[in-house]
Parts: sequence; C-alpha cells; structure tokens
Amino acid sequence: MLNLDALVAEALAAIDGAQQVAALDDVRVNYLGKKGRLTEQLKSLGKLSPEERPAAGQAINKAKQQVQQAITERMKALQQAELNAKLASETIDVSLPGRRMPEAGLHPVSRTINRIKTYFGELGFEVKQGPEVEDSFHNFDALNIPAHHPARADHDTFYFNPELVLRTQTSGVQIRTMENEQPPLRIISPGRVYRNDYDQTHTPMFHQVEGLMVDENASFSELKGILHDFLQNFFEKDLTIRFRPSYFPFTEPSAEVDVLGENGWLEVLGCGMVHPNVLRSVGVDPEKYTGFAFGMGVERLTMLRYGVNDLRAFFENDLRFLKQFN
Amino acid sequence: MKFSESWVREWVNPAISSDELAEQITMAGLEVDGVERVAGEFSGVVVGEVVECGQHPDADKLRVTKVNIGADELLDIVCGAANCRQGLKVVVATVGAVLPGNFKIKKAKLRGQPSMGMLCAEAELGMADESDGIMELAADAPIGVDIREYLKLDDNTIEVDLTPNRSDCLGIAGLAREIGVLNNCPVTEPSWQNAEETLTDTVSVTLDAPQACPRYLARVIRGVDATVKSPLWLVEKLRRCGVRSVDPVVDVTQYVLLEFGHPMHAFDLDTIEGGIVVRMAKPEEKLTLLDGNEATLRDDTLVIADHNKALAMAGIFGGQDSGVTAESKDILLESAFFAPLAIAGKARSYGLHTDASHRYERGVDFELQRKAMERATALLLEIVGGEAGPVVEAVSEQHLPQVAPITLRKVKLEGRIGIRFEDTQVVEILTRLGLSVTTIDGGWTATVPSYRFDLAIEEDLIEEVARVYGYNNIPNVAPVASLVMNRHPEADVTEDQLKDTLVSRGYQEAITYSFVDPKVQKVLFPDADDLILPHPISADMSAMRVSLLPGLLQTLKHNQNRQQNRVRLFELGLRFLPESETQVAQHKMLAGVIVGSRFDEHWSEGAGAVDFYDAKGDVEALLANLGGLEPFSFVADSHPALHPGQCAAVYRGDNLVGHVGALHPSSIKSLGIKGKIFAFELLIEALGEKLIPKAQPVSKFPANRRDFAFVLEQAVASQDVIDLVKKVGGNQVVNVNLFDVYQGEGVAEGQKSLAISITVQDLERTLEDKEISVLTDNVITAVTSEFNATLRE
Repeated sequence: MLNLDALVAEALAAIDGAQQVAALDDVRVNYLGKKGRLTEQLKSLGKLSPEERPAAGQAINKAKQQVQQAITERMKALQQAELNAKLASETIDVSLPGRRMPEAGLHPVSRTINRIKTYFGELGFEVKQGPEVEDSFHNFDALNIPAHHPARADHDTFYFNPELVLRTQTSGVQIRTMENEQPPLRIISPGRVYRNDYDQTHTPMFHQVEGLMVDENASFSELKGILHDFLQNFFEKDLTIRFRPSYFPFTEPSAEVDVLGENGWLEVLGCGMVHPNVLRSVGVDPEKYTGFAFGMGVERLTMLRYGVNDLRAFFENDLRFLKQFN
Repeated sequence: MKFSESWVREWVNPAISSDELAEQITMAGLEVDGVERVAGEFSGVVVGEVVECGQHPDADKLRVTKVNIGADELLDIVCGAANCRQGLKVVVATVGAVLPGNFKIKKAKLRGQPSMGMLCAEAELGMADESDGIMELAADAPIGVDIREYLKLDDNTIEVDLTPNRSDCLGIAGLAREIGVLNNCPVTEPSWQNAEETLTDTVSVTLDAPQACPRYLARVIRGVDATVKSPLWLVEKLRRCGVRSVDPVVDVTQYVLLEFGHPMHAFDLDTIEGGIVVRMAKPEEKLTLLDGNEATLRDDTLVIADHNKALAMAGIFGGQDSGVTAESKDILLESAFFAPLAIAGKARSYGLHTDASHRYERGVDFELQRKAMERATALLLEIVGGEAGPVVEAVSEQHLPQVAPITLRKVKLEGRIGIRFEDTQVVEILTRLGLSVTTIDGGWTATVPSYRFDLAIEEDLIEEVARVYGYNNIPNVAPVASLVMNRHPEADVTEDQLKDTLVSRGYQEAITYSFVDPKVQKVLFPDADDLILPHPISADMSAMRVSLLPGLLQTLKHNQNRQQNRVRLFELGLRFLPESETQVAQHKMLAGVIVGSRFDEHWSEGAGAVDFYDAKGDVEALLANLGGLEPFSFVADSHPALHPGQCAAVYRGDNLVGHVGALHPSSIKSLGIKGKIFAFELLIEALGEKLIPKAQPVSKFPANRRDFAFVLEQAVASQDVIDLVKKVGGNQVVNVNLFDVYQGEGVAEGQKSLAISITVQDLERTLEDKEISVLTDNVITAVTSEFNATLRE
C-alpha cells in the first residue's frame, strides 16, 4: 500500500503545481480519468484474494476521494483567480461622464403655473382655458366694465377694433365657464394676457392665473383662508400677509394681497367676492350663489420665488437663463 | 392724488404719526404711493427784511444789502437775485445755518464785500427743483421767526393711488372725512365769510342737455385785478399737492378743486355773447382749447357755449378765447355738476386728461356746487378784488342723481363676509361713514350722503362694513364645498405630457411673444394673411403669429448670437388666423426647432449634427403619447418655410396634424441664422384622442425571423414597402423592421437597398418551415412586382 500513498502524494503535488484550469484538468484525467493512474489501481483488485479486496478497495476509494477533493478545491481557487484576473482587466474609469441627452426643462413661468395648478387642483379647481384674442364683451362688459368705465383706460388694452382685443386678463375664461356650466364651480385659468406697456417692470405680454369658486355659501373669510394657505405653500415660508381693500369692477368687496418682504410690502394678488352684476350677466342667481375670484401675476410670483430681477428675461429665452430652472 | 398732510390735519387731526396715517389710509383702500417731505432738511433760516439794497461796486449782477432779522445789528448780505429789493420780506440763512446737502453758511467776502449770510430761493431749501430769484414772503411775515415754523415746513406730500370708485377722496375734504371715519374723530370744515353780493349783474343759463348737465351755477365778478401774484400760502398749498401756481384766478379754482374735489372754471365775461347754454356740440364744431390746439368736436360731447359759439369742453377743458388773462377785468365763475356718463371716456377720446375730467368722469358730489362757488368767490375777492353778483343756478331736479335708500340684510352681510356682526357694530360703522341708518326686520336701510355716490347696492355696504371693520380682522377659514370628482378622460393627452416628452428629449421650453415681426413672418409664410395690431409696442411686435416658428427661430437666433451652438427649443401656444373682422381662429400649436450637435460633445461619441430623422424621431416620440404610431403617417410634402426635399406632412388618418422638416436654406439666410435647422409644428387638436388599450392574447409559440434585402428605385418611399409587407404578411407577421438602407458599391446608381426583417409567429401553433417559406415567397413576389425591385443576394 506504500505504493498507493506515494501515488496520492504525487497526485497532490501535481494538483498543487497546476496553475491553470486546463492544467488541473489534465491532472484529473491523469489520476482519476477512465485510464487514470488511481482508476488503474482498482483494476488491480482482481489480483488480490477475496479477503484482501474489501480493505484494499476501501483504501483506493479513500485515496481517490482525497485526490478528487484536492482537485475540487484547487479548481475553485483557480477559477476564482481567473475571474479575479478577468474582472481586474475590465476595470474602467467610473468618473468619466455618462452618455445622456443633455437635460432640458420647462420655462420658469410654466414651472410656477404647474405648482399653482397642483395646489388648487387638490381643492378640486379645474383648469380652464380660453381665447387670447377676445371680444370686448368677455373682456370688459361681462366683467361689469362698461364702455366708458375708467377701468378700461387703466388697462392699456391692445385693440384690433372696438369689438376685438387682446385679452387684458384671463377673467373672460371665467365668464365662458359660467355661461356653460352651473354652480358649484371651482376653476383656475392660467394663461397669457396683454397690456400695451413696455419698460423695466412691464412687458406687453405676461401670464396670469385666475381662480373662481362659486357656491351657495362662498365667503370672504374662505377666500382669505384659501389664499393664505396658497401663499404659505407657494413660498414655503411662514409669510406675513395682509389683505388691503381695493377696487375691481368685477368683485365687491375687493382686496389686494401683500406679503411682507425684506424691503416692505409686495403686492402679489388681487381678489374679491364676485360682483352680482357679473353673476347676473352669465345667468347665475346672485341671491342663491356667491362666489369669489382671485388673480395673480405669474411672472411676479416667479421673480419673488427664484430671485429673478429682470422681468424681460422671461421672454428673451436665453438658454443660459432658462437652464437654471431645469 | 397728492395732498399736503398739514392741510388735511387742519380738517382732522388724529393723534397718530405721519407713518401711521399713511399705513392707516393704505389699509382703508386709499393706497399710499409715496410720502415726501415738502422741504429739505435745514436749520438756521429765518424771516428777514431787506432794509437797504444797493449795487455792488465791483460786480454788475450783485447787490449789497442790509437785512433786518430782528437782531441787534443789521446783516450785510451780498445777493445775486434780480428780484432783491428794498422792503422785501426775505428768507435769510444766517451764519451757521445748514442748508440741504449739508451746505454750511459761513462769513464770506464776495468781490471784496462782506456777506454775513444768504438770501434763499425755494430751490436752496429743497422746496423746488429750480427757482427764478429769491423767495418773496408776505409783507406781514414776522421778522426773525424761523422759516420752518412760519411756513409750517414740517409737512409731507402724501400721494395716494385712488381706485376709480373713490373719487370722493379726490380732495382734502373727502380725505379728511375718511380719516375721521377711521379714527372716529371729528372733522372740522374751515369757515369763511361768503362774499357779499354787491352787484346785480347776472348771465342767463340754459340747460339744453339736462341729462348731461343737470345743475349749472354761474356768477359774475367784476373789477378784478388778475395781475396780482397769488399769495405764498396759496402757492405753497398748491405746491404741496403737486400743483404749480399759474395766475391768481386759476390758482383759486385749483385750490377749490383740491379742497373739495370740485372742479371750477372761470370765463372772461367780455367774451360771452348773450348767455350761457350748456348743450351738446354740433357735429364738426371747432373749439380752440386752452393749450392752443383746435379740437373738432363730435355731437356726443357736452360744451359750455354762449348764444353764438362753444366756449369750453364741459368738465374737461376750457377754451382759449374765453379764458381769463392778466388783462381780464370781469369774469364769470362756473360751478357745475356734469353726469359721469356724459364725461366718461370723452377726454380720452380727444387725447386729453385733466384734473377736471378725472373727477367728473368718476363722479363729483352733486350737492356741492353752491358751496364751491361761495368758497371760490370769497377767495377771489380776497386775492384779486372785485365785486360779486348773485349766483344764478339752473337746475333740472329730475336729472340729478336720485338717492334711494339701500337695504342691507344681516344674513347677506354675514354670509358674504363669513363672520357674525353685532347689530350695534354695523349701525355704528355705517353711521360713522355718514349714512343715516334705520333698523328694519332682518337688517337695515341706509341713506347715503351725496358725496358717497359710489354706494348704490347692498354689496357696496357690505364692502364698507368689512373695510371699516378691517379685512385683517376677518379670520382665514378653510372653504366648505361639496366634493365633486373632476373628469379625467383617459383618452386625453395632456399638454403637460407632451411637454414632458420634449423636455426628456432635451428640448428647452421657450415662451415667446404672440406678436412677431411681420417681416420675419413673411419670410416663413409669404402668403399668410396675418392679424396686425393697429397700435403695437413697436413695428417688430405688430403681427399676430400664424405659427410658433417665427418666435422660436428668433429665439434660436438670439441664442446663436450668444455662442449657443446647440439649440433645442419648443413652445406650446396659440396661433392666430383671422377669419373675419370679428372672428379669429386660435389654435393651440406645439412646435420645436433644433440645430447643432445631437448630443453635447462627449469623450466616447462623435459630435454628429442633427438631421431630419432626429426631428422626426422627436415627433414620433410625441405621437407615441397617443397610444402608438399606428394611426399616424408621414408623407413627403412641401411647406413654404421648409426644404422641398426634406419635409413631411404628418397625418392622422386624413387629418393633417402638422409638418416636420429642414428649414429652407433661403429662410435660414434671410433670418440671419446659422447651421442646418430642423423644425416641426403640430396642431394639438389634430392629434386626436389617445387609444385606450384593448388587450390581445400573447403567443406561447416560437417566433421566427426572416431577412430580405430589396434593391429598388431610390424614389420609392420605404414606408410604402413596409406597408405592403405588412399587408401581404397578414396576421402571422407580428413585426416588420427596416434595419438597413444602403446605397453605394454593389447597388446601381439611382437605386437603394432596403434590408427588412419580418418576425412571424402564430397564436395557436408552431409554424413549420414550409409555411414560413410560402409566406416569405409571397412577400418577395409582392415587393418585387409592386416596386420593380430585385432581391439582393
């Protein structure tokens, strides 16, 4: 049996010496293959007496197992090493920039409008839109601004002819909605509006979001509540807010809303209870329903929120300006 | 309106600071736009008298004076003002005085003559922007008194931005009333002695248009001296209300306008032929106005006329020929009520805006005319002298505003505002406002004083109660409303989805003006019939856009001019197509433009420039929002702004959705932009509804792929080949893909090779080779015969 021990020792040495998976496989075939040297030992059992065979067989099997186990372990180690080497060779510079479509974004005015839509959308305000070239009925008359009302002069209206204007406010959308739908109503109408004025603080086109709620018991204190919540949410700050009496032909009572900024009060909103003449002009009974309406300048809110100083930047669309909002 | 704080405080003087006052009236709805001191900061300036005034020995333009300031000695002062003269009461900055701008007065010698101070002009005290000569004080000015005290210069000019409904506050009286209401303190009107009627002269007044002028008062004043200067107190009061002194007669009418908010007018009596007739203008009637311009009147314009001619545009502007001049001796004073509707908009229609028209078109107290007349008469006689005749009043009672009591229901008040009020609180507020209140069942009726002509309906009273109660004392309450679920149709594709698609594909959103340069629009759309703004901001902002492309391309240019070479922009907005005088089709469009490299320059990729298929791919990505590209087709087309060989029309069925293509090279040149530019524009409403999925079973059996390469005429549209393959393939062809297009070696000139793969699969079973062969043979036969193609080996 010395012979067997020597053979095992020789095999183990060969296994240890194998540096690659293929070489190790050769070793396996050499010792454990069909004609392998250990396998051959089993064939020699026939020469032994029946009494000697069990012990000899056992010894050979044990030797085979020992070699097999050594091969398996060695195989694992070699495979691991090869994998490690492969992985090492595949290492890249992960700090190089990835492949992508350069990012773009919405215009800051759209960004603000979307935020406003979200806040009011949660309260069930539906978005409504309308024409920008508007007839003077929907832009003025239906809003309790008859032909010679001084408020018409204040609007710096772009006229195409006495009957056709570029809308000076999105309120016409409210009128159209009330003409077609019965209360209760909750709508907001974002969109472009136009005034014939162009300087540091005015552009001839800008955006408004107007809101309207008509219900049986809509009240001024609710209007205050809703706008207070909106402003706190929009600016994400505990703002000091004041409601200042004002005048709009289409609301009564009317108010302007100021927030306290670093340099004093800033006007951000106009609002009020819908004037009964407006409700009547669209066939809503002001004895049964009341409503409130509010309007805000989108550019102004955007400027305050993001620290934009020049109103005109919004319409120059310089990519270096726009990309700051991506 | 600008007003002097101290003038208002003569009427009502609450114990609050100027800042508090400004804050208080702002919060009452009379928004304060600015508070300015009426004079600069200075000290050491007193009233003096020029006792001697002689020529400076060595300087033509200087005078050497001795001035009495009530001190032990007279002061030697050298003065350069032409109006410096002996006996004049002057403003003396003594040695040690500090004038605005920290200008210190020291002992000096001027051309050898000692000067112990300075005689001041208004400008040097911060009371005017410029002055002509030194300030002349009244003869009775007390010598030695500090000028700040004497002229009450610790005063502010407060500017309020009044809303159109509060014209009752366009005068000191109205502002004082409002401040009295807010502070609950008494308001005292100044008293004066009405002028004695020492003449019997009158001028007849006829009201020919009583609905427009229901009340007209006229009074003859004879023997005035219009050459005198207005006294300093009057000039100062006007100045502190932002009004320049003109002459004593005009100054007095302006004073009454400021004091009571009531416009007045004075005519030269000698120019009036017959009597006064208040009538509508005759068509084309001419009138030369006080500014020298001749107006051609319309018959909707009220005029003050005599028996032969128009004298003035009623309530708007006086006439030049009938105006009072320095030579005028006899005048006719007018105090009238004109109905707001008769005046509203008229001044503007003649390009005018005056203090009078501003008030009359908003409304003037219709019971104030006599008081204004008496006030003006008394002041005039005091300043320019003369004698007054009786007041002639023509009135049409039935055309005067009718004051009906207003009913205020408590349930409406509380419902509208959202809080409970004590009955006494409501009565108290309304009474303070000058209304007479009667309690009725469930509320009150209130009669409005004539000066609050803005109050007419219940809501007006609700607003007044809320305003005086204080908007900020009303709690903020969460609205209560019935929960109604809004509709959100699944077939709707929202604008936000479309925009997000483009943003994720690297397009920056732009918002451009809806009015564009008509020249740019013409380049792109030579046949467009665009809507032109008659009064634009500028000529290059005068045409309403017929497409979003002019604005986007101008924006692209703006960015290219600022070294931005890779530009991808989109916009969503309306285009405007006029249909008639009163109808304009306004369609929502979505457009994009791209130029430059496909990606930013990258270490692993080339910086390949974008081409048609980038733009088309973006359009396809947009269309995919509609539930797949199936309903859409791209067809070669022409478009005035686009390259004739690189332009596709996009259709959904038979409806044109829009175009995509390369910008025409001549457009690129005309617009002064650079590079190969690709653009698309889609009509949002033509996109149609999103397809709602209808689930189909998925095959459990293997799919097989077969590839073909067809060589055919270059002009054949690939889509036509694909469509045919699909048609011939039938249901078992689950995918057709064009995976290569080849021209060059091995393919004849004018031909191209299209490599197409089809994937075949059956829902019920595994397809046998034989079946697949039959199918592919059919495809090959169809394509080769339909398009005269050959199969490339």
